[in-house]
Amino acid sequence: MLTTLTAGRSARASRVGFSPARVGAVVGRNVGALRSGPSYWIVLVSGFFEPLLYLLSIGVGVGALVGDLTVAGRTMSYAAFVAPAMLAVSAMSGALAETTFNVFFKIKYAKTYEAVLATPVRPVEIAFGELTWATVRGSLYTAIFLGVMVALGLAPVGGALAAFPATILVGLAFGAVGLAISTLMRGWQDFDLLSTGQFALFLFSGTFSPVQDYPAWMEVLIQVTPLYHAVELVRGLCLSAYGVGMVGHAAYLLAMVAGGLWLAARRMERLLCR
Amino acid sequence: MIFARGLVKRFGDFTAVRGIDVEVAPGEAFGFLGPNGAGKSSTMRMISCVSAPTSGELRILGMDPVRDGTRIRARLGVCPQLDNLDPDLTVRENLTTYARYFGLSRAEGRRRADELLEFVQLTERAGSMVEPLSGGMKRRLTIARAMINEPDIVLLDEPTTGLDPQARHLLWERLFRLKQRGTTLVLTTHYMDEAEQLCDRLVVMDGGKIVAEGSPRSLIERYSTAEVVELRFPDGLDLNADYAAKLDGIGERVDPLPDRVLLYADDGDAAVAEVQRRGLSPSSVLVRRSTLEDVFLHLTGRTLVD
Amino acid sequence: MTAGTVHPSIAVLERHLTLYRRLWRASVFSSFVLPVLFVVSIGIGVGGYVGSVGGVDYLSWIVPGVVASTAFQMAVGESTYSVLGDFKWVRAYHAMRATPVRPDHIVTGHLLYLLFRVTTAVLVFLLVVLFFGALHSPWAVTVPLVCALLTVASAAPVTAFAASIESDSHFSLLFRFVMIPATLFSGVFFPIEQLPALVRPVAYASPLWHAVELCRAATLGAAPPWPVAAHVGCLLLWAVAGTLLAAHRFRRRLED
Repeated sequence: MLTTLTAGRSARASRVGFSPARVGAVVGRNVGALRSGPSYWIVLVSGFFEPLLYLLSIGVGVGALVGDLTVAGRTMSYAAFVAPAMLAVSAMSGALAETTFNVFFKIKYAKTYEAVLATPVRPVEIAFGELTWATVRGSLYTAIFLGVMVALGLAPVGGALAAFPATILVGLAFGAVGLAISTLMRGWQDFDLLSTGQFALFLFSGTFSPVQDYPAWMEVLIQVTPLYHAVELVRGLCLSAYGVGMVGHAAYLLAMVAGGLWLAARRMERLLCR
Repeated sequence: MIFARGLVKRFGDFTAVRGIDVEVAPGEAFGFLGPNGAGKSSTMRMISCVSAPTSGELRILGMDPVRDGTRIRARLGVCPQLDNLDPDLTVRENLTTYARYFGLSRAEGRRRADELLEFVQLTERAGSMVEPLSGGMKRRLTIARAMINEPDIVLLDEPTTGLDPQARHLLWERLFRLKQRGTTLVLTTHYMDEAEQLCDRLVVMDGGKIVAEGSPRSLIERYSTAEVVELRFPDGLDLNADYAAKLDGIGERVDPLPDRVLLYADDGDAAVAEVQRRGLSPSSVLVRRSTLEDVFLHLTGRTLVD
Repeated sequence: MTAGTVHPSIAVLERHLTLYRRLWRASVFSSFVLPVLFVVSIGIGVGGYVGSVGGVDYLSWIVPGVVASTAFQMAVGESTYSVLGDFKWVRAYHAMRATPVRPDHIVTGHLLYLLFRVTTAVLVFLLVVLFFGALHSPWAVTVPLVCALLTVASAAPVTAFAASIESDSHFSLLFRFVMIPATLFSGVFFPIEQLPALVRPVAYASPLWHAVELCRAATLGAAPPWPVAAHVGCLLLWAVAGTLLAAHRFRRRLED
């Protein structure tokens, strides 16, 4: 291990600039690892069922109890209200799972990166590589999910097509923040905290009921948290309810991408190249 | 204490233990010596009543391990090959928790834990977690844990494998004290120095069978000579067999190994003189006392540690 | 029990409690806070649109479902990685096996520990929802008992499963294909009468559904859909069969 570290440091001197090819190599390693374990495939594919089950249970099941819903002057079925939120949540949790849990494991236990860093690959390229992979995986889920929504009549084809790039942005935003979080994790016990936070966002970001129903102070609090913006953006596009607010939501998510990546690259440099 | 006749352990098509006879007397330190895969650990697992014999007779403390397993285990102390301490408990909690498995009261568990920590020289680490301990410390803690029930027999499966020399000597010294207290020790090892240090009596196992039995001294006397001369030749390696032919007749026996030639003789110096008289000039000559390694080599044609 | 001796299952329970004393802080959120947040979000948020189900407000209707599903998720979750870990990485079960503790004691000790964990979480939850006015009958005091039965009925078979596998990647499949669908379609959020007739028997087979109906009957003071004995019988069947299977799996795995 000591030798890989030293090798990593001397190799760093020759690393200049930023190479998309090397980012590609980090992605390629993930795809390679995927091919080696058949059960990982099943886990990957099964990740899609989770939001779908939620949609069927809450959207359709509870939706039958709720009936129609009127938000901001538009009337829609409860399932049509919940489905875009489930989509945003699925993009979020997919990206977070791939970047936090997996990256933490690779840093702390598998020492994957120390081997990678013994080559000319730089930490920031690792960050981009992991994020690209998380986004590819997440987009796969959301594309299938959008297809299901169209099939169930919960979104028009045009809305689904417009929402797709937005889900990629959501994946990038949470993926970048997830990378930064993974470098700050002290141990597995912190994951309990993370998943609790994730679940709280899931419950209160206007996913199951419009945020306007909450008391004003809660509404403001929710508007500060990230998933709210993701849900609002995706829902607006799905329902073709365009508005100026969308620019704000998109800006918030873009800021997450930039901030998350900046912090992740900085922290990785410090963690891995000591 | 332990009595086995025609003991066999089979796993599917693989026979790990092929009919062995063993008897261990009270207060004895008894060893199973052999290379990896000789059947030592399988035998130990049968003796510690976690693995049922496929056939043959086995009595531990006069009881049948299949029927009275629980009662026997209450009087055994087991130190397994792989450490299985609780990493999220403290050193002391590992002992007090284990004491409860034997039905000891909390107060008694605490009393014995402190006493044993003293014995294995870990008192200062009592409150620390297990994870940061060194390999030698973990081993000592495992041995202390094995003694929490004041067992009649302590079973040690490769007690010093993977430890550095200092840690091994400290451990041997503690085990020797245990032996002096009159505890029956049964251990497996693939180190001959360990067997010579600790065992009153041992069996040499190979391929699931016992190939020799006796005290370390008697085994050496029976299967080897008093001294062994190790000869290395500058162009050796491929030619050791040729050199062995030229050495024929010196001492009792000549054994060519890939890296050296062994010469078994009761008088090593006389043998070396004879080698030189024959005009051979080895690059290094070492005269030493015979060890169990030589016994094993003689019995199986292979060295112990591969 | 004479002074100074302890039953082996209790000794195993004590080990888990000693560990828990060190790790409990990490579980505070998932055990106590999340269920309450859940009730607030779904019960009050969504409840505002639902009106009433079966004659009661939606909050009162889902509270018993959420308490049972919390017990269920805890029982399943705590019987996965930690059980496999004690076989594979910590090897604590092997250490126990070398003592007078038998495999069935190890299983019952584990289940006793889960009963402790689930019961404390259920009691805290009940206290909170009492202030939300979601408990309508004194029969609510039987909810911890139902949840205890559910704990064994769901943890025991999962423990048997954890004792039978080699890789922890099986657990994500268990969560996605068993635990989450069970939680979503066992009458926690909407009556199972709304499920397609073809799917309904799956809910009948799930221990969670029986516990949800018993808890709901208790907090609302109404009769459950099946006779109480039938619901309890199904839960008992899962509990007994699961425990026997788990003990069998433990014995086999610790044998060789």
